[in-house]
Amino acid sequence: MSDSPLAIQHAPELRHHFADMEQQRDAASFGMWLFLGTEVMFFGGMFCAYLIYRYWYYNEFAIGSRSISIWLGTINTVVLICSSLTVALGVRAAQMGRRKLLVTLLLITMVFGVAFLGIKGLEWYQKFEEHHVPGSSFNVDDLVQKYPGIHIDPAHSQIYFSLYFALTGLHALHMVVGLGIFTVLTYMAWKGRFTPEYHTPIEIGGLYWHFVDIIWIYLFPLLYLIDRKPIH
Amino acid sequence: MATAVVSTTERENYINAEYGVRSWLFTTDHKRIALLYLISITAMFFVGGFFALLIRLELLTPAGDLVQADTYNKLFTMHGQVMVFFFLIPSIPAVLGNFLIPLMVGAKDLAFPRINLLSWYLYIIASCMMLHCILTGGVDTGWTFYTPFSTAFSNTKVVEAGLAIFVAGFSSILTGLNFVVTVHRMRAPGMTWSRLPLFVWAHYATSIIMLLGTPVLAITLLLVVFERVFHLGIFDPTRGGDPLLFQHLFWFYSHPAVYIMILPAMGVVTEIIPCFSRKRVFGYSFVAMSSIAIAVFGFLVWAHHMFVAGISLYSALFFSILSYLVAVPSAVKVFNWTATMYKGSISFSTPMLYALGFIGLFTIGGLTGLFLAALGFDVHVTDTYFVIAHFHYIMVGGAVMGYLGGIHFWWPKISGRMYPEAWGRLSAAIVFIGFNLTFFPQFILGYLGMPRRYWQYPPEFQVLNVFSTAGSTILAVGYLLPLIYLMWSLRYGKIAGPNPWGAAGLEWMTPSPPSTFNFDETPTVTWEAYNYDEIPAPEEEVSLER
Amino acid sequence: MKSQLTATPAPPRPEHILSAGMYVTIWIALMILTVVTAGVSFIDLGPFNTVVALVIASIKALLVVLFFMHVKYASDRLIKTICVAVLFWLMLLLGLSLMDYGTRHFS
Repeated sequence: MSDSPLAIQHAPELRHHFADMEQQRDAASFGMWLFLGTEVMFFGGMFCAYLIYRYWYYNEFAIGSRSISIWLGTINTVVLICSSLTVALGVRAAQMGRRKLLVTLLLITMVFGVAFLGIKGLEWYQKFEEHHVPGSSFNVDDLVQKYPGIHIDPAHSQIYFSLYFALTGLHALHMVVGLGIFTVLTYMAWKGRFTPEYHTPIEIGGLYWHFVDIIWIYLFPLLYLIDRKPIH
Repeated sequence: MATAVVSTTERENYINAEYGVRSWLFTTDHKRIALLYLISITAMFFVGGFFALLIRLELLTPAGDLVQADTYNKLFTMHGQVMVFFFLIPSIPAVLGNFLIPLMVGAKDLAFPRINLLSWYLYIIASCMMLHCILTGGVDTGWTFYTPFSTAFSNTKVVEAGLAIFVAGFSSILTGLNFVVTVHRMRAPGMTWSRLPLFVWAHYATSIIMLLGTPVLAITLLLVVFERVFHLGIFDPTRGGDPLLFQHLFWFYSHPAVYIMILPAMGVVTEIIPCFSRKRVFGYSFVAMSSIAIAVFGFLVWAHHMFVAGISLYSALFFSILSYLVAVPSAVKVFNWTATMYKGSISFSTPMLYALGFIGLFTIGGLTGLFLAALGFDVHVTDTYFVIAHFHYIMVGGAVMGYLGGIHFWWPKISGRMYPEAWGRLSAAIVFIGFNLTFFPQFILGYLGMPRRYWQYPPEFQVLNVFSTAGSTILAVGYLLPLIYLMWSLRYGKIAGPNPWGAAGLEWMTPSPPSTFNFDETPTVTWEAYNYDEIPAPEEEVSLER
Repeated sequence: MKSQLTATPAPPRPEHILSAGMYVTIWIALMILTVVTAGVSFIDLGPFNTVVALVIASIKALLVVLFFMHVKYASDRLIKTICVAVLFWLMLLLGLSLMDYGTRHFS
């Protein structure tokens, strides 16, 4: 890797308040990790709400969990994990200076992201059709009838679905922001802005994307897999 | 980019380096951003202060005769929200922290200058949202937004206020992020952690709180907004929701938030005291570690705001014990400041007067916090004026006085001018007297049982209320005077040299005001902090002739 | 002027270019764990269903953090400290809140 002082001094991407590219890259990475830390606490507040209401209303949470499609949830999990792979490989392509490969991988990542959102939209539509969206038309009579042996309070059920929509909604919003960031990154990559010496935006964009994946890795069991044991 | 002509009388500095509104609104210079914050925060301070005056006017008489009850609810809500989120939380970090931290660590700017500017724009957007909310009806839930009133019953602009505070919180998070990365990665050669000014340590601790706590407030307010807009009933008791869950999530941030407000002020005081005692800080590492301890312990005590709300007794016991513990690091600081002054050469300049006032008033406020941490006593005085007096002693007697002291101390560095010392001291005295007259009677009122947030009260409480209102008008004068003479000094104040106080720290080794890039060459630090044994006292004694 | 500037000496970080094979291996592991966690949810393990699900999720998250996000190869401990500290703070929020709810019926 060309590390001659002359090259670094004249690197056009070096911001003036930094002494060298190393410091700039370290600062950017550190900053993104701190930001991801704040995001953990942000989702953490909702996980706290989830934890307490699941503790109180286990039955309603279990039944609510059964009413969403485990197939779609699993597929979405697979989609996101694949997108994390393509992101990681994309960072690697940037490290090697392989522009076309980088652009391809970034595009594939975005396709996965859009697929995720599409499937999520389908799931939300299903809930809408089944009247499981909190609000004035909320109705879980279908679930009450489906599981006659289990006591379900519709009010408590509504809490499960409120958390479902809040959690998946905020996660999807973060996904949309991620897609926006990656659009910009893909454009910059296509324009040849990244080199083995300078590809910090790809690195920190990648960190953000992985984080969104990790949130989903927890949302999947917490929302979809609460209780799918066969009922006797 | 220097386009100004450097005249023989005016050296190029960060203020005259570029002219024009665009050069200010699109600046990435941390010093200019600090000034942008200074102006906006001052404006919000007077907005919040205006509501305070209306409250005190209403409380002059026992009857509710100035405003209606619903309006009174809005007055104390708007006072609280504006003061907490739009003045106290940003104040010292956004103004003094932004200006000084790069100078103090020997850097050219913060780690992320453009994010710094974004932070200010978010603050402005949030302030506009809040002002619009106020002008179109306001909020009446109390600054604490308790559910289910805020989610299901209030007819006021809860959503708009909540979103405004959400945006302001984002501004706060970005500031904290910038500070942490700067302190870790941008220190000049030789500036080890143990040579950092304690002001920097205080802001580092503050930033940790901002990063870890503010997101929880963000999600909590968002959930309130979701409940009002999308009818997600997470806090709605009729749907099995728990209003206490809101309080847990709200106070998880809002208690550490009070440490966001006080730690920077403590940092300011720790800079002022050694300078005007001509002695190094006693117990540097204890003061540094106590800042970190306050930041950590501050997260372990939040439910002391909920002792009578319905939490379990065992939970209350835990939080009560921890609330006692969190006072220890604060006390450590008070001892260290006192020991710093012991056998020092004290001069009673304006910053020193504010710092001394801070120590006394913060101690009273802090001790009354211990009263409140005792479960039995808290049952008696919760939701009374005792609590109001307690937190105003810390936030106004503490944080605001720290802010004013810091503004005066670094004013020569920021503006290149000296403020008129006589007026400075007079204002400090007026603030001190006005403050105590306003808030000390409230301790008594609270103990006697006057509830907070009530717009009427039994006639036997009137005398103390009249004292309090009288004090508030004096306090208002005390705050207006610096506004006037500081602005006056910009034009007519005596020109300041690089180090008019003979203070320690890298910022005092730059010209006043500093040039845009702070240092011509990155300094290499070989001396310990607060090396007052090496720094000569200022040539002119701090006197009233200035 | 610039050449004289030295900043806080940043730890020299040779860029680890990790092999594509390593990423694919981790990806395969994540896939397997996903299928396992979905499948296990149909088996009755009593209260351990939740434990198993969370343990598997945590392993997956750890793999992403360590390998995809390069934390295993981070030369300074600052990033690792952030991860641990944030997790600890999250546990504070969850744990101390649960302490209230968990002990209410004793009061």
